[in-house]
Amino acid sequence: MLISVASTLVLAIAAWLFIVNTPGWAQVQSTFFDPEVLVAALPRVWDGFLLNLRVLFFAVIGVFVVAVLIAIIRTLRGPVFFPLRALAAGYTDLFRGMPLIIVLYLVGYGIPGLQGADGARIPAAVLGTIALILTYSAYVSEVFRAGIEAVHPSQRLAARSLGLSHGQSLRLVILPQAVRKVTPALMNDFIAMQKDVGLISVLGAVDAVRAAQIETAKFFNFTPYVLAGLLFVVLALPMIRLTDWYSARLRAREQIGGVV
Amino acid sequence: MNERVLRLSNIHKAFGSVPVLRGVDLDVSTHEVVALIGASGSGKSTLLRTINLLERVDDGQVWLRDVDISDPRTNVDDVRARIGVVFQHYNLFPHLTVLDNVTLALRRVFKHSRDAAETRGLELLERVGLGTFARAYPDRLSGGQQQRAAIVRAIATGPELLLLDEITSALDPELVTEVLDLVRELKDEGTTIVMATHEMAFARDVADRVVFLDGGVVAEQGTPAEVFGSPREERTKAFLSRFNAG
Repeated sequence: MLISVASTLVLAIAAWLFIVNTPGWAQVQSTFFDPEVLVAALPRVWDGFLLNLRVLFFAVIGVFVVAVLIAIIRTLRGPVFFPLRALAAGYTDLFRGMPLIIVLYLVGYGIPGLQGADGARIPAAVLGTIALILTYSAYVSEVFRAGIEAVHPSQRLAARSLGLSHGQSLRLVILPQAVRKVTPALMNDFIAMQKDVGLISVLGAVDAVRAAQIETAKFFNFTPYVLAGLLFVVLALPMIRLTDWYSARLRAREQIGGVV
Repeated sequence: MNERVLRLSNIHKAFGSVPVLRGVDLDVSTHEVVALIGASGSGKSTLLRTINLLERVDDGQVWLRDVDISDPRTNVDDVRARIGVVFQHYNLFPHLTVLDNVTLALRRVFKHSRDAAETRGLELLERVGLGTFARAYPDRLSGGQQQRAAIVRAIATGPELLLLDEITSALDPELVTEVLDLVRELKDEGTTIVMATHEMAFARDVADRVVFLDGGVVAEQGTPAEVFGSPREERTKAFLSRFNAG
Protein backbone atom coordinates (compact mmCIF):
# COMPACT_ATOMS: atom_id res chain seq x y z
CA MET A 1 0.00 0.00 0.00
CA LEU A 2 2.70 2.46 1.08
CA ILE A 3 4.88 1.47 -1.86
CA SER A 4 2.10 1.93 -4.38
CA VAL A 5 1.27 5.38 -2.97
CA ALA A 6 4.93 6.39 -3.06
CA SER A 7 5.52 5.16 -6.60
CA THR A 8 2.36 6.85 -7.81
CA LEU A 9 3.43 10.14 -6.23
CA VAL A 10 6.90 9.98 -7.72
CA LEU A 11 5.52 9.28 -11.19
CA ALA A 12 2.91 12.04 -10.89
CA ILE A 13 5.48 14.62 -9.81
CA ALA A 14 7.86 13.59 -12.56
CA ALA A 15 5.13 13.81 -15.18
CA TRP A 16 4.01 17.18 -13.86
CA LEU A 17 7.52 18.62 -13.93
CA PHE A 18 8.04 17.27 -17.42
CA ILE A 19 4.84 18.79 -18.73
CA VAL A 20 5.17 22.26 -17.18
CA ASN A 21 8.76 22.52 -18.42
CA THR A 22 7.84 21.57 -21.96
CA PRO A 23 8.23 24.52 -24.33
CA GLY A 24 4.83 25.80 -25.32
CA TRP A 25 3.15 24.65 -22.13
CA ALA A 26 2.20 28.18 -21.23
CA GLN A 27 0.33 28.53 -24.51
CA VAL A 28 -1.40 25.16 -24.07
CA GLN A 29 -2.39 26.12 -20.57
CA SER A 30 -3.88 29.43 -21.57
CA THR A 31 -5.75 27.87 -24.50
CA PHE A 32 -7.29 24.88 -22.75
CA PHE A 33 -7.04 25.51 -19.01
CA ASP A 34 -7.66 29.22 -18.47
CA PRO A 35 -9.18 29.63 -14.98
CA GLU A 36 -10.78 32.96 -15.76
CA VAL A 37 -12.52 31.65 -18.85
CA LEU A 38 -13.58 28.60 -16.88
CA VAL A 39 -15.27 30.70 -14.22
CA ALA A 40 -16.87 32.94 -16.82
CA ALA A 41 -18.21 30.02 -18.88
CA LEU A 42 -19.36 27.89 -15.98
CA PRO A 43 -22.92 29.28 -15.52
CA ARG A 44 -24.01 28.76 -19.12
CA VAL A 45 -22.23 25.44 -19.54
CA TRP A 46 -23.77 24.27 -16.27
CA ASP A 47 -27.25 25.31 -17.44
CA GLY A 48 -26.64 23.37 -20.62
CA PHE A 49 -25.47 20.41 -18.63
CA LEU A 50 -28.73 20.40 -16.67
CA LEU A 51 -30.53 20.06 -19.99
CA ASN A 52 -28.34 17.05 -20.78
CA LEU A 53 -29.34 15.51 -17.45
CA ARG A 54 -33.04 16.03 -18.21
CA VAL A 55 -32.64 14.48 -21.65
CA LEU A 56 -30.73 11.58 -20.10
CA PHE A 57 -33.47 11.01 -17.52
CA PHE A 58 -36.25 10.72 -20.09
CA ALA A 59 -34.11 8.83 -22.59
CA VAL A 60 -33.22 6.18 -19.99
CA ILE A 61 -36.87 5.61 -19.13
CA GLY A 62 -37.84 5.52 -22.80
CA VAL A 63 -35.02 3.16 -23.74
CA PHE A 64 -35.89 0.81 -20.87
CA VAL A 65 -39.54 0.56 -21.87
CA VAL A 66 -39.00 0.25 -25.63
CA ALA A 67 -36.06 -2.15 -25.28
CA VAL A 68 -37.90 -4.51 -22.94
CA LEU A 69 -40.91 -4.53 -25.26
CA ILE A 70 -38.79 -5.33 -28.30
CA ALA A 71 -36.85 -8.01 -26.45
CA ILE A 72 -40.11 -9.65 -25.35
CA ILE A 73 -41.48 -9.53 -28.88
CA ARG A 74 -38.31 -11.11 -30.24
CA THR A 75 -38.57 -14.00 -27.77
CA LEU A 76 -42.25 -14.74 -28.50
CA ARG A 77 -42.70 -18.21 -29.90
CA GLY A 78 -45.19 -19.58 -32.36
CA PRO A 79 -45.84 -18.88 -36.03
CA VAL A 80 -48.65 -16.42 -35.21
CA PHE A 81 -46.11 -13.93 -33.95
CA PHE A 82 -43.82 -14.16 -36.97
CA PRO A 83 -44.75 -10.70 -38.37
CA LEU A 84 -44.15 -9.06 -34.99
CA ARG A 85 -40.85 -10.89 -34.53
CA ALA A 86 -39.76 -9.89 -38.02
CA LEU A 87 -40.66 -6.26 -37.37
CA ALA A 88 -38.73 -6.20 -34.10
CA ALA A 89 -35.73 -7.87 -35.74
CA GLY A 90 -35.86 -5.36 -38.59
CA TYR A 91 -35.95 -2.51 -36.10
CA THR A 92 -32.84 -3.67 -34.24
CA ASP A 93 -31.02 -4.32 -37.52
CA LEU A 94 -31.87 -0.86 -38.84
CA PHE A 95 -31.10 1.22 -35.77
CA ARG A 96 -27.99 -0.67 -34.75
CA GLY A 97 -26.60 -0.15 -38.22
CA MET A 98 -27.53 3.50 -38.71
CA PRO A 99 -25.16 6.15 -37.31
CA LEU A 100 -26.74 8.03 -34.41
CA ILE A 101 -25.89 11.34 -36.02
CA ILE A 102 -28.04 10.46 -39.07
CA VAL A 103 -30.94 9.43 -36.85
CA LEU A 104 -30.55 12.76 -35.06
CA TYR A 105 -30.68 14.69 -38.33
CA LEU A 106 -33.61 12.68 -39.67
CA VAL A 107 -35.67 13.09 -36.50
CA GLY A 108 -34.45 16.54 -35.51
CA TYR A 109 -34.85 18.20 -38.90
CA GLY A 110 -37.15 15.74 -40.65
CA ILE A 111 -40.07 15.69 -38.22
CA PRO A 112 -40.34 19.51 -37.94
CA GLY A 113 -40.17 19.63 -41.73
CA LEU A 114 -43.29 17.45 -41.95
CA GLN A 115 -45.30 19.95 -39.96
CA GLY A 116 -44.90 22.82 -42.38
CA ALA A 117 -44.51 26.43 -41.40
CA ASP A 118 -47.56 26.75 -39.17
CA GLY A 119 -46.85 23.68 -37.00
CA ALA A 120 -46.11 24.17 -33.32
CA ARG A 121 -42.38 23.81 -32.86
CA ILE A 122 -41.20 20.76 -31.00
CA PRO A 123 -38.15 21.66 -28.88
CA ALA A 124 -34.87 20.32 -30.26
CA ALA A 125 -34.17 18.60 -26.95
CA VAL A 126 -37.37 16.55 -27.25
CA LEU A 127 -36.53 15.48 -30.79
CA GLY A 128 -33.00 14.64 -29.70
CA THR A 129 -34.39 12.50 -26.89
CA ILE A 130 -36.57 10.62 -29.36
CA ALA A 131 -33.58 9.97 -31.62
CA LEU A 132 -31.53 8.69 -28.69
CA ILE A 133 -34.36 6.39 -27.62
CA LEU A 134 -34.70 5.02 -31.18
CA THR A 135 -31.03 4.17 -31.47
CA TYR A 136 -30.26 2.98 -27.95
CA SER A 137 -33.39 0.85 -27.68
CA ALA A 138 -32.07 -1.24 -30.54
CA TYR A 139 -28.84 -1.97 -28.66
CA VAL A 140 -30.37 -2.41 -25.24
CA SER A 141 -33.15 -4.70 -26.51
CA GLU A 142 -30.47 -7.09 -27.74
CA VAL A 143 -28.91 -7.06 -24.28
CA PHE A 144 -32.28 -7.83 -22.68
CA ARG A 145 -32.92 -10.55 -25.24
CA ALA A 146 -29.61 -12.20 -24.41
CA GLY A 147 -30.60 -12.06 -20.73
CA ILE A 148 -34.02 -13.58 -21.33
CA GLU A 149 -32.52 -16.39 -23.36
CA ALA A 150 -29.90 -17.02 -20.68
CA VAL A 151 -32.60 -17.87 -18.12
CA HIS A 152 -32.95 -21.63 -18.18
CA PRO A 153 -36.19 -22.86 -19.82
CA SER A 154 -36.93 -24.93 -16.72
CA GLN A 155 -37.66 -21.68 -14.88
CA ARG A 156 -40.44 -20.95 -17.32
CA LEU A 157 -41.78 -24.47 -16.95
CA ALA A 158 -41.82 -24.12 -13.17
CA ALA A 159 -43.58 -20.76 -13.39
CA ARG A 160 -46.21 -21.96 -15.83
CA SER A 161 -46.73 -25.12 -13.78
CA LEU A 162 -47.78 -22.96 -10.84
CA GLY A 163 -50.55 -21.55 -12.98
CA LEU A 164 -48.87 -18.23 -13.71
CA SER A 165 -49.84 -16.81 -17.11
CA HIS A 166 -47.30 -16.14 -19.84
CA GLY A 167 -47.18 -12.46 -18.88
CA GLN A 168 -46.87 -13.15 -15.16
CA SER A 169 -44.08 -15.67 -15.77
CA LEU A 170 -42.18 -13.08 -17.78
CA ARG A 171 -42.69 -10.30 -15.29
CA LEU A 172 -42.22 -12.18 -12.02
CA VAL A 173 -39.78 -14.94 -12.92
CA ILE A 174 -37.97 -14.49 -16.24
CA LEU A 175 -37.30 -10.74 -16.51
CA PRO A 176 -35.94 -10.24 -12.96
CA GLN A 177 -33.41 -13.00 -13.56
CA ALA A 178 -32.65 -11.77 -17.07
CA VAL A 179 -31.94 -8.22 -15.86
CA ARG A 180 -29.58 -9.52 -13.16
CA LYS A 181 -27.65 -11.50 -15.71
CA VAL A 182 -27.09 -8.53 -18.03
CA THR A 183 -26.69 -5.72 -15.50
CA PRO A 184 -23.00 -5.07 -16.30
CA ALA A 185 -23.79 -4.83 -20.02
CA LEU A 186 -26.74 -2.53 -19.30
CA MET A 187 -24.58 -0.27 -17.16
CA ASN A 188 -22.09 -0.07 -19.98
CA ASP A 189 -24.76 1.05 -22.43
CA PHE A 190 -25.94 3.56 -19.84
CA ILE A 191 -22.45 5.04 -19.59
CA ALA A 192 -22.28 5.29 -23.38
CA MET A 193 -25.62 7.06 -23.42
CA GLN A 194 -24.54 9.53 -20.71
CA LYS A 195 -22.08 11.09 -23.08
CA ASP A 196 -24.08 10.65 -26.26
CA VAL A 197 -26.74 12.98 -24.85
CA GLY A 198 -24.19 15.66 -25.79
CA LEU A 199 -24.94 14.95 -29.45
CA ILE A 200 -28.33 16.66 -29.24
CA SER A 201 -26.32 19.87 -29.60
CA VAL A 202 -26.20 19.27 -33.37
CA LEU A 203 -29.93 20.00 -33.42
CA GLY A 204 -29.37 23.40 -31.84
CA ALA A 205 -30.47 22.48 -28.33
CA VAL A 206 -28.40 24.59 -25.96
CA ASP A 207 -26.92 21.77 -23.91
CA ALA A 208 -23.48 21.69 -22.30
CA VAL A 209 -21.72 21.07 -25.61
CA ARG A 210 -23.58 23.81 -27.47
CA ALA A 211 -23.10 26.25 -24.56
CA ALA A 212 -19.40 25.44 -24.53
CA GLN A 213 -19.25 26.11 -28.25
CA ILE A 214 -20.86 29.50 -27.78
CA GLU A 215 -18.54 30.39 -24.89
CA THR A 216 -15.52 29.16 -26.82
CA ALA A 217 -16.39 31.42 -29.73
CA LYS A 218 -16.87 34.33 -27.35
CA PHE A 219 -13.50 34.00 -25.58
CA PHE A 220 -11.45 32.52 -28.47
CA ASN A 221 -10.45 29.92 -25.91
CA PHE A 222 -11.11 26.18 -25.66
CA THR A 223 -11.44 25.98 -21.88
CA PRO A 224 -15.29 25.80 -22.04
CA TYR A 225 -15.02 22.57 -24.09
CA VAL A 226 -12.68 21.11 -21.52
CA LEU A 227 -15.09 22.16 -18.82
CA ALA A 228 -18.07 20.53 -20.54
CA GLY A 229 -16.02 17.40 -21.17
CA LEU A 230 -15.01 17.17 -17.53
CA LEU A 231 -18.63 17.56 -16.43
CA PHE A 232 -19.51 14.49 -18.53
CA VAL A 233 -16.59 12.58 -17.05
CA VAL A 234 -17.70 13.46 -13.52
CA LEU A 235 -21.19 12.31 -14.42
CA ALA A 236 -19.91 8.98 -15.74
CA LEU A 237 -17.41 8.20 -12.99
CA PRO A 238 -19.80 6.93 -10.32
CA MET A 239 -21.47 4.63 -12.84
CA ILE A 240 -18.13 3.35 -14.14
CA ARG A 241 -16.96 2.54 -10.58
CA LEU A 242 -20.33 0.97 -9.80
CA THR A 243 -20.09 -1.24 -12.88
CA ASP A 244 -16.58 -2.36 -11.93
CA TRP A 245 -17.70 -3.12 -8.40
CA TYR A 246 -20.78 -5.02 -9.51
CA SER A 247 -18.86 -7.08 -12.08
CA ALA A 248 -16.27 -7.98 -9.45
CA ARG A 249 -19.03 -9.00 -7.07
CA LEU A 250 -20.64 -11.21 -9.71
CA ARG A 251 -17.30 -12.85 -10.42
CA ALA A 252 -16.73 -13.52 -6.72
CA ARG A 253 -20.18 -14.97 -6.42
CA GLU A 254 -19.73 -17.28 -9.39
CA GLN A 255 -16.45 -18.53 -8.06
CA ILE A 256 -17.94 -19.83 -4.85
CA GLY A 257 -20.51 -21.63 -6.95
CA GLY A 258 -23.68 -19.69 -7.34
CA VAL A 259 -27.15 -19.74 -8.67
CA VAL A 260 -28.43 -21.37 -11.85
CA MET B 1 -63.80 -47.19 -4.67
CA ASN B 2 -62.58 -43.63 -4.36
CA GLU B 3 -63.55 -40.90 -6.74
CA ARG B 4 -61.51 -40.68 -9.92
CA VAL B 5 -59.21 -37.64 -10.19
CA LEU B 6 -57.45 -38.31 -13.44
CA ARG B 7 -58.12 -40.39 -16.50
CA LEU B 8 -55.71 -40.71 -19.37
CA SER B 9 -57.22 -42.28 -22.41
CA ASN B 10 -55.22 -43.48 -25.41
CA ILE B 11 -52.54 -40.78 -25.07
CA HIS B 12 -50.28 -40.37 -28.09
CA LYS B 13 -47.35 -38.00 -28.23
CA ALA B 14 -44.47 -37.79 -30.70
CA PHE B 15 -41.56 -35.39 -30.84
CA GLY B 16 -41.05 -34.84 -34.54
CA SER B 17 -41.03 -38.31 -36.04
CA VAL B 18 -40.11 -40.01 -32.75
CA PRO B 19 -43.14 -41.49 -31.01
CA VAL B 20 -42.81 -41.32 -27.22
CA LEU B 21 -46.30 -42.23 -26.03
CA ARG B 22 -48.28 -44.67 -28.14
CA GLY B 23 -51.64 -45.12 -26.51
CA VAL B 24 -51.34 -44.78 -22.74
CA ASP B 25 -54.41 -45.45 -20.56
CA LEU B 26 -54.30 -44.67 -16.88
CA ASP B 27 -56.84 -43.91 -14.14
CA VAL B 28 -55.91 -42.34 -10.82
CA SER B 29 -58.30 -42.12 -7.84
CA THR B 30 -58.24 -39.70 -4.93
CA HIS B 31 -55.69 -40.51 -2.24
CA GLU B 32 -53.97 -42.93 -4.57
CA VAL B 33 -50.20 -42.94 -5.05
CA VAL B 34 -49.18 -44.18 -8.48
CA ALA B 35 -45.53 -44.83 -9.29
CA LEU B 36 -44.47 -44.73 -12.94
CA ILE B 37 -41.42 -46.87 -13.56
CA GLY B 38 -39.58 -47.65 -16.76
CA ALA B 39 -36.27 -47.16 -18.49
CA SER B 40 -34.95 -43.70 -19.31
CA GLY B 41 -36.74 -42.54 -22.42
CA SER B 42 -39.78 -44.71 -21.77
CA GLY B 43 -41.95 -41.60 -21.62
CA LYS B 44 -42.49 -41.19 -17.87
CA SER B 45 -41.65 -37.48 -17.79
CA THR B 46 -43.48 -36.79 -21.03
CA LEU B 47 -46.56 -38.48 -19.62
CA LEU B 48 -46.43 -36.28 -16.52
CA ARG B 49 -46.07 -33.20 -18.69
CA THR B 50 -49.12 -34.09 -20.75
CA ILE B 51 -51.14 -34.21 -17.53
CA ASN B 52 -50.52 -30.56 -16.63
CA LEU B 53 -50.55 -29.56 -20.30
CA LEU B 54 -46.90 -28.58 -20.53
CA GLU B 55 -47.08 -30.93 -23.53
CA ARG B 56 -50.13 -31.06 -25.75
CA VAL B 57 -51.20 -34.60 -26.64
CA ASP B 58 -51.27 -35.54 -30.32
CA ASP B 59 -54.20 -37.87 -29.74
CA GLY B 60 -56.26 -39.12 -26.83
CA GLN B 61 -57.85 -37.35 -23.87
CA VAL B 62 -56.79 -36.17 -20.44
CA TRP B 63 -59.64 -35.94 -17.96
CA LEU B 64 -59.25 -34.03 -14.71
CA ARG B 65 -62.30 -34.93 -12.65
CA ASP B 66 -65.12 -34.64 -15.21
CA VAL B 67 -63.46 -32.24 -17.62
CA ASP B 68 -61.55 -33.09 -20.76
CA ILE B 69 -58.57 -30.78 -20.27
CA SER B 70 -56.94 -31.91 -23.51
CA ASP B 71 -59.62 -29.86 -25.28
CA PRO B 72 -57.76 -26.97 -26.96
CA ARG B 73 -60.24 -24.50 -25.48
CA THR B 74 -59.18 -25.38 -21.95
CA ASN B 75 -57.70 -22.54 -19.91
CA VAL B 76 -54.31 -24.08 -19.23
CA ASP B 77 -53.51 -21.71 -16.36
CA ASP B 78 -56.64 -22.79 -14.46
CA VAL B 79 -55.75 -26.45 -14.94
CA ARG B 80 -52.14 -25.98 -13.87
CA ALA B 81 -53.21 -24.11 -10.77
CA ARG B 82 -55.03 -27.27 -9.68
CA ILE B 83 -52.03 -29.55 -10.22
CA GLY B 84 -48.78 -29.37 -8.25
CA VAL B 85 -45.51 -30.29 -9.98
CA VAL B 86 -42.07 -31.02 -8.53
CA PHE B 87 -39.15 -31.31 -10.92
CA GLN B 88 -35.94 -33.29 -10.89
CA HIS B 89 -33.81 -30.16 -10.63
CA TYR B 90 -36.08 -28.36 -8.10
CA ASN B 91 -36.42 -25.30 -10.39
CA LEU B 92 -36.80 -22.94 -7.47
CA PHE B 93 -36.67 -19.29 -8.50
CA PRO B 94 -33.17 -18.13 -7.50
CA HIS B 95 -34.09 -14.44 -7.28
CA LEU B 96 -36.85 -15.02 -4.72
CA THR B 97 -36.56 -16.07 -1.09
CA VAL B 98 -37.74 -19.54 -0.16
CA LEU B 99 -40.90 -18.03 1.31
CA ASP B 100 -41.59 -15.96 -1.81
CA ASN B 101 -41.09 -19.08 -3.93
CA VAL B 102 -43.65 -20.88 -1.82
CA THR B 103 -46.21 -18.05 -1.75
CA LEU B 104 -45.89 -16.86 -5.37
CA ALA B 105 -48.82 -18.89 -6.72
CA LEU B 106 -50.97 -18.14 -3.67
CA ARG B 107 -50.44 -14.43 -4.16
CA ARG B 108 -50.48 -14.15 -7.92
CA VAL B 109 -52.72 -16.96 -9.10
CA PHE B 110 -55.06 -17.40 -6.12
CA LYS B 111 -54.95 -13.68 -5.25
CA HIS B 112 -54.47 -14.20 -1.53
CA SER B 113 -53.15 -11.24 0.45
CA ARG B 114 -49.45 -11.34 1.18
CA ASP B 115 -50.18 -11.82 4.89
CA ALA B 116 -52.48 -14.76 4.35
CA ALA B 117 -50.11 -16.35 1.85
CA GLU B 118 -47.10 -15.93 4.15
CA THR B 119 -48.94 -17.35 7.14
CA ARG B 120 -49.72 -20.44 5.11
CA GLY B 121 -46.24 -20.61 3.59
CA LEU B 122 -44.47 -20.27 6.94
CA GLU B 123 -46.67 -22.90 8.51
CA LEU B 124 -45.82 -25.37 5.73
CA LEU B 125 -42.11 -24.55 5.83
CA GLU B 126 -42.08 -25.02 9.61
CA ARG B 127 -43.71 -28.38 9.18
CA VAL B 128 -41.02 -29.67 6.83
CA GLY B 129 -38.28 -28.22 9.03
CA LEU B 130 -37.37 -25.29 6.78
CA GLY B 131 -38.81 -22.50 8.91
CA THR B 132 -35.38 -21.00 9.57
CA PHE B 133 -34.72 -20.78 5.81
CA ALA B 134 -37.93 -18.91 4.93
CA ARG B 135 -36.13 -15.61 4.29
CA ALA B 136 -33.03 -17.19 2.73
CA TYR B 137 -32.40 -17.51 -0.97
CA PRO B 138 -32.51 -21.01 -2.49
CA ASP B 139 -28.78 -21.16 -3.19
CA ARG B 140 -28.11 -21.21 0.55
CA LEU B 141 -29.94 -24.54 0.89
CA SER B 142 -28.66 -28.06 0.32
CA GLY B 143 -30.12 -30.08 -2.55
CA GLY B 144 -32.41 -31.99 -0.23
CA GLN B 145 -33.62 -28.79 1.42
CA GLN B 146 -34.21 -27.18 -1.96
CA GLN B 147 -36.24 -30.14 -3.10
CA ARG B 148 -38.31 -30.07 0.08
CA ALA B 149 -38.90 -26.35 -0.48
CA ALA B 150 -39.95 -27.17 -4.06
CA ILE B 151 -42.42 -29.73 -2.72
CA VAL B 152 -43.84 -27.14 -0.34
CA ARG B 153 -44.16 -24.72 -3.25
CA ALA B 154 -46.10 -27.36 -5.19
CA ILE B 155 -48.53 -28.18 -2.36
CA ALA B 156 -48.97 -24.66 -0.95
CA THR B 157 -52.05 -24.05 -3.09
CA GLY B 158 -53.66 -27.33 -2.05
CA PRO B 159 -53.61 -29.01 -5.46
CA GLU B 160 -55.93 -31.91 -6.27
CA LEU B 161 -53.09 -33.84 -7.81
CA LEU B 162 -49.35 -33.82 -7.23
CA LEU B 163 -46.91 -34.81 -9.98
CA LEU B 164 -43.37 -35.76 -8.94
CA ASP B 165 -40.89 -36.06 -11.79
CA GLU B 166 -37.79 -38.03 -10.68
CA ILE B 167 -37.50 -35.77 -7.67
CA THR B 168 -34.57 -37.61 -6.08
CA SER B 169 -32.53 -38.28 -9.22
CA ALA B 170 -30.41 -35.16 -8.90
CA LEU B 171 -29.75 -35.59 -5.17
CA ASP B 172 -26.75 -37.01 -3.38
CA PRO B 173 -27.64 -40.41 -1.93
CA GLU B 174 -27.55 -39.20 1.68
CA LEU B 175 -30.10 -36.49 0.89
CA VAL B 176 -32.64 -38.78 -0.77
CA THR B 177 -34.17 -40.01 2.49
CA GLU B 178 -35.28 -36.61 3.76
CA VAL B 179 -37.16 -35.97 0.52
CA LEU B 180 -38.76 -39.40 0.38
CA ASP B 181 -39.83 -39.11 4.03
CA LEU B 182 -41.71 -35.96 3.11
CA VAL B 183 -43.45 -37.72 0.21
CA ARG B 184 -44.44 -40.49 2.61
CA GLU B 185 -45.99 -37.89 4.93
CA LEU B 186 -47.94 -36.41 2.04
CA LYS B 187 -49.26 -39.83 1.19
CA ASP B 188 -50.33 -40.36 4.79
CA GLU B 189 -52.24 -37.08 4.62
CA GLY B 190 -54.14 -38.38 1.62
CA THR B 191 -52.44 -36.49 -1.20
CA THR B 192 -53.09 -37.92 -4.65
CA ILE B 193 -49.70 -38.46 -6.26
CA VAL B 194 -48.39 -39.60 -9.62
CA MET B 195 -44.62 -39.95 -9.52
CA ALA B 196 -42.03 -40.98 -12.04
CA THR B 197 -39.22 -42.65 -10.15
CA HIS B 198 -36.14 -44.82 -10.28
CA GLU B 199 -36.35 -45.53 -6.55
CA MET B 200 -37.74 -49.05 -6.75
CA ALA B 201 -37.57 -49.65 -3.01
CA PHE B 202 -39.53 -46.47 -2.39
CA ALA B 203 -42.11 -47.31 -5.06
CA ARG B 204 -42.57 -50.74 -3.50
CA ASP B 205 -42.94 -49.18 -0.08
CA VAL B 206 -45.19 -46.20 -0.72
CA ALA B 207 -47.08 -46.69 -3.98
CA ASP B 208 -50.58 -48.11 -4.06
CA ARG B 209 -50.07 -49.00 -7.67
CA VAL B 210 -47.00 -49.42 -9.84
CA VAL B 211 -47.23 -48.71 -13.56
CA PHE B 212 -44.48 -49.99 -15.82
CA LEU B 213 -44.09 -47.99 -19.03
CA ASP B 214 -42.32 -49.57 -21.95
CA GLY B 215 -42.30 -48.69 -25.63
CA GLY B 216 -44.71 -45.82 -25.06
CA VAL B 217 -47.50 -47.93 -23.54
CA VAL B 218 -48.42 -49.28 -20.12
CA ALA B 219 -46.78 -52.67 -20.28
CA GLU B 220 -47.91 -53.82 -16.87
CA GLN B 221 -49.54 -52.41 -13.75
CA GLY B 222 -50.66 -53.63 -10.39
CA THR B 223 -49.92 -53.44 -6.70
CA PRO B 224 -46.24 -53.28 -5.77
CA ALA B 225 -46.47 -56.87 -4.60
CA GLU B 226 -47.78 -57.97 -7.99
CA VAL B 227 -45.41 -55.98 -10.17
CA PHE B 228 -42.26 -56.44 -8.09
CA GLY B 229 -43.13 -59.84 -6.61
CA SER B 230 -44.46 -61.73 -9.58
CA PRO B 231 -44.35 -59.71 -12.78
CA ARG B 232 -46.39 -61.24 -15.59
CA GLU B 233 -44.58 -59.69 -18.53
CA GLU B 234 -41.14 -60.73 -19.73
CA ARG B 235 -40.08 -57.14 -20.34
CA THR B 236 -41.06 -56.19 -16.79
CA LYS B 237 -38.92 -59.01 -15.47
CA ALA B 238 -36.03 -57.94 -17.67
CA PHE B 239 -36.34 -54.32 -16.50
CA LEU B 240 -36.56 -55.23 -12.82
CA SER B 241 -33.70 -57.70 -12.98
CA ARG B 242 -31.43 -54.91 -14.17
CA PHE B 243 -32.26 -53.03 -10.98
CA ASN B 244 -31.89 -56.01 -8.68
CA ALA B 245 -28.56 -56.90 -10.23
CA GLY B 246 -27.30 -53.33 -9.85
